[in-house]
Amino acid sequence: MPLDAAPQPPAILVENLCVRFERRGQPEISAVNGVSFSLDRGKVLTILGESGSGKSVSLKALMGLLPPFARVSGRIEIAGRDILKLPASKLAQVRGGEISMIFQEPMSALDPVYTIGQQIAETIVQHEGTDQSTAMARARQLLERVAIPSAARRLKNYPHEMSGGMRQRAMIALALACNPSVLLADEPTTALDVTVQIQILMLLRELQQDLGMAIVFVTHDVGVAAEISDRMAVMYAGRFVETGTVREVMHEARHPYTAGLLSSTVHGGLRNQGELRTIPGSPPSLAALPPGCHFMPRCREAVSRCASEPPVVVPNPGAMVRCVHAEAQHPAGGAPA
Amino acid sequence: MLIFAGRRLLQAIPILFGVTLVIFGLVHIAPGNPIDMLMPPEASPEIIAQMKAAYGFDKPLHIQYLRWLGRAMTGDFGLSVFNSAAVFGQLVTALGNTLVLALLAALLGFSLGIGLGLVAALHHGRWLDKLLSAIATAGVSLPHYWTAIVLVLFFAVFRDWLPAQGMGDDALPLYQRLEYLVLPVITLSLIPMGVIGRMVRATVLDILNQDFIGALTAKGLTRGPVLRHVVKNAAPPVLALMGLQFGYLLGGSILIETVYNWPGTGNLLNLAIFRRDIPVLQATILVLATFFVLLNLLVDIAQAAIDPRIRR
Repeated sequence: MPLDAAPQPPAILVENLCVRFERRGQPEISAVNGVSFSLDRGKVLTILGESGSGKSVSLKALMGLLPPFARVSGRIEIAGRDILKLPASKLAQVRGGEISMIFQEPMSALDPVYTIGQQIAETIVQHEGTDQSTAMARARQLLERVAIPSAARRLKNYPHEMSGGMRQRAMIALALACNPSVLLADEPTTALDVTVQIQILMLLRELQQDLGMAIVFVTHDVGVAAEISDRMAVMYAGRFVETGTVREVMHEARHPYTAGLLSSTVHGGLRNQGELRTIPGSPPSLAALPPGCHFMPRCREAVSRCASEPPVVVPNPGAMVRCVHAEAQHPAGGAPA
Repeated sequence: MLIFAGRRLLQAIPILFGVTLVIFGLVHIAPGNPIDMLMPPEASPEIIAQMKAAYGFDKPLHIQYLRWLGRAMTGDFGLSVFNSAAVFGQLVTALGNTLVLALLAALLGFSLGIGLGLVAALHHGRWLDKLLSAIATAGVSLPHYWTAIVLVLFFAVFRDWLPAQGMGDDALPLYQRLEYLVLPVITLSLIPMGVIGRMVRATVLDILNQDFIGALTAKGLTRGPVLRHVVKNAAPPVLALMGLQFGYLLGGSILIETVYNWPGTGNLLNLAIFRRDIPVLQATILVLATFFVLLNLLVDIAQAAIDPRIRR
C-alpha cells in the first residue's frame, strides 16, 4: 500500500500477487506467495533475492508471460487497469505500450534473423500503426537516445553483429519504443562485463529520470541494487520479507535474511567489512514451504514463535519487515507494504 | 550475400569434378566387362578387340575418362551398349518423367509435413500432437515399396479405381493421365511428409522455448506476428532437409518406379545395372548427382538469405 497519498494512481499497483505452477503428475509449486507493492512514475523499486526466490516469476506474471499451467491470482493494475482481467487483444496493447521489459540475456531475447531496426520498428508499427519508414526513423532516434554510436548503420545490424553492451542498449531502445510508463528489468546487467554493467545502470537511471518511468528492477546483486533504486524489496521464498528505502534496507536491515544477504556479499568497503559470512542451508523447496516464517530453518535468531505466521511490522512509513524480532522494536503491526 | 553465393558456387565445381571421377571410377571397378555382355561367347578375339576400340575401352583409363568427360560436357553420353540408342535422348525422357513425379510428391509431402509439424508443435503434449506425430512416424517407418504394393492392391486390384502401373498413353486425355500419377505420388510423398513433419515439429518446439519468443510477446506482438518470427527462424534447417529429400526423390525412387513401372530415371538406372549398360549408368548417375549438388547449392544460398549468421 502506498503510504504517501499520491494525487494520481500509481504507475503500477500489485496486490497479493500469487503464482502457483500446477502440472499433472508433479507437486504444486508456490513460486510467488502474496507480493504487494505500488510504484509511482519516476521511481525505481529493486527486488533483491537469490535464484529461485520468485523474483523473475513475479516479473513474468506482471507481463503475462507465464506458461498456461501457471495460476496467477491477485491484482495487477497498470495505469489504473487490472491486466489480469484484460482479454488477450487488450493485453497485447498494454504489453510493449504501457509496460515493457528488458531481459537478462540480450542475445537470446532478440530474434537472431531480424535486424535491430526491424525489431524496433515492428513494435512501433504494431502499437501505433505508423508506416515502416516513420517507424525506422523513430528506431534510429531511439538508438541515438540510448547512446549507440552511428545509429543509422547499427539499425541494419543483426544481434550477433553487436557487442553485449550494445545489444543490451538496443534491447532498452526496443523497450522504450512506445514510451512505457512502467519498465520491468530482469537482471539486465548480470550477463555483462562489470565496466559495461555500470554504463547500462547509469543509462537506465538517466532514461528513467528523463522519461519519468517507473522501473521494477530485479537483481541478485546487492551492489547493483544500491546503485539504481529508490526503494528496495528483499524477496525470499516467494514473498517480500523486508521493504524500505535503500538506506533503510542497506544500513538498518531488520530482517535476519536481509542482514545475512548483506554480510555474505562482497561490496566496496570490503576491508572494513569484517568477515564474509554465508547463510547456512539453502532456500526451502517451493513445493513444500515450511509453515510460519519461511526463513526459520536457516535463521540464527529463530525462536519458537517463528513457527507461526510472522507479523508484518511497519517500522517507518513505506517500510515493512516480516519478522517477530522487528515486532519487539516496533510493536504496531500494519498492512503489508 | 553475393560474395557468399559466388564463393559457394565456386566450391561446387571441385565437388562436381569429384563426382565425375567417382562415377567413372565406380563403373570400371565394378566386376564384369560390358563387352563380354554384348558378345556371344564364341566371338573371336579380333572382333572383341574391334568392339573395344569402337567403344574406346582399349585406351588407358585416364584417356577414357577425359574423352568421356569432354563428351559429357556437351551432352553427348554416347550410345547405349544395350540397344545402341543415344543415351542423351533416353535420359531426357526418363528425367522428365521422374521430375513430374518428384515435383508433385515434394509439393504434397512438404506441404503436408510442414502443416503437420507446425500444428503438432503448437499443440505440444496434447492429443492432436500425439496423433500427428504418430502419422509422421508412420510415414518415415513404412517401407515405401510395401506401401506401394498395398495401395495397388486396394485401389487397383480390389477396386478398379486407379491404374496399377505405367504412365498411360500419350493419347489419353489429361485427367486420365493424371490418374496414373495418383498412387506413385502418394507413395513417394509419405517419407518426405514424415521426415519434414518431425523436423518441423522439433525445430518449432525448440524455437518456441527460446527467450526471444517471450520477448516478442512482451513487446505486444499478437500470435500471428510471433508465428511469422517462428517460421523465419525455423526455415533454414527445414530448407536444408527439403533439399536433401528432393534429391532423394529424384534419384532414390528406384523401388517405387519399379513397382509402378514408371519410366523414370530410377527405372532406367535399374535396367542399366542389370544390363551392365555402362554409358547409361554413368550418364544417369552424373545427371542425378549434378542435380543433387545444384539443389544443395540453392538451399545454401536460400538459407544464407534468411539467416545472416550463415553468411560467414
